[in-house]
Amino acid sequence: MRLELRINGSVRSLEVEPLKRLLDVLREDLILTGTKEGCGEGECGACAVLLDGQLVNSCLVAVCQAAGASVVTIEGLSSSALTPLQRSFVECGGAQCGICTPGMIVAGQCFLDSGAAATDEAVREAIAGNLCRCTGYTKIVESIQHAARETR
Amino acid sequence: MRHFTFERAKSVDEAVKGGAQPEAAFLAGGTSLVDLMKLEVLTPLRIVDVSRLDLQKIEARTGGLVLGALATNTDVALHPEVRRRLPALAEALLSGASPQLRNAATVGGNLLQRTRCAYFRDLATLCNKRTPRSGCDALEGWTRMHAILGGSNQCIAAHPSDMCVALAAFDARVKVRGPQGEREIALTDFHLLPEQHPDREFALSPGELVISVFVPTTAAAARSRYVKVRDRASYAFALVSCAAGLELSGGTSGRIIREARVALGGVGTKPWRSIEAERALAGQPPTKDSFRKAAELLLAGAQPRRDNAFKVELAKRTMVRALTLAAEGA
Repeated sequence: MRLELRINGSVRSLEVEPLKRLLDVLREDLILTGTKEGCGEGECGACAVLLDGQLVNSCLVAVCQAAGASVVTIEGLSSSALTPLQRSFVECGGAQCGICTPGMIVAGQCFLDSGAAATDEAVREAIAGNLCRCTGYTKIVESIQHAARETR
Repeated sequence: MRHFTFERAKSVDEAVKGGAQPEAAFLAGGTSLVDLMKLEVLTPLRIVDVSRLDLQKIEARTGGLVLGALATNTDVALHPEVRRRLPALAEALLSGASPQLRNAATVGGNLLQRTRCAYFRDLATLCNKRTPRSGCDALEGWTRMHAILGGSNQCIAAHPSDMCVALAAFDARVKVRGPQGEREIALTDFHLLPEQHPDREFALSPGELVISVFVPTTAAAARSRYVKVRDRASYAFALVSCAAGLELSGGTSGRIIREARVALGGVGTKPWRSIEAERALAGQPPTKDSFRKAAELLLAGAQPRRDNAFKVELAKRTMVRALTLAAEGA
């Protein structure tokens, strides 16, 4: 089927199979490889993107369901310089092997945008759907809290 | 993934027509169906996308809430009237899955979600739910996550939903539309026991589409809580969960339970409402002693297996905890 997606602000028209995963469309058709595949079954959150402003796992979104929608990937969070949250990940050591990092940053940005108080519990709940195989959660939580202090 | 045809329904009638065709499946949030299709546990020939139908609305009416089939788990959980009039439902939803999944998963999809039994999801094992009369590897297998109530010699898969437990406790009714028109099904009749046909999970006929769920908001609903016990603090299926609500009468010194509502999750082959436990609580003081007695009654018929005997005591304690929190009020 032919469909249009607004990817990181620009409209793209694509000819795709309707149940192709949004994740594969991003990575293979649009060469936006910042979004990672971890488990491929909605458990790990490495493929998290914003679909019409909502955090979702792109491995469980059939691309037909995103037709006409706006998608923001890790590449779309900033046009040039790092965002305050990305800088915090660098400064606080929030990234180790890096596979979970794009999903963590998209989920973390979603949390920061919600305006909720960045308590340990709230931050951990916000990234509950994002798994880090290096188990670097302490630094990831610190990175998000650091960004909250810097930007609010 | 197997080949299939794809159509996007423009109206409920069109969806019902498509859904009534052989081997059709409705697609809403996709968090279950897409996953199970990739595993080839489900291989529908025809996908009917219902996600654009106008069924997202959550309405607070006098006497109850109407949840549109396509309202997301997040939307329902954060709705101020849901939080005020049926806190157990909001708590149940927020205890389920992860933010990403709750943003995509819908009310209708949650009602229809399939078991997380590892044998059901693994094509290399035997499963009567997946392939009728092929056998069940769970019966003599690793049963830590399995049901202790409502199982049969064909299937002991636990029902995975948190939302359905809260809805079962508070007399929710599911409105469905099919080729023969519209009807309502009590939530407690919506999911079927496995018995000799574990492949039949829902009281639905081909083509019937969930339209909405009505849940009455009573005094017991307003004083309700959901307690979930799991292996991790977040993002895990329940070992045991309990939705409980109480309507109390009398002063602070001599309070009496007028009406109780109790349903358990994680332990049953379907969301496990217990009218028997509720009757035992009515007329009693809201004390740990009354709660424990009702819990003993509910779990009397439990049939634990090798790895899940712990669930019997855990379920009793979880139920006492949920009732205690409900008695304490918001």
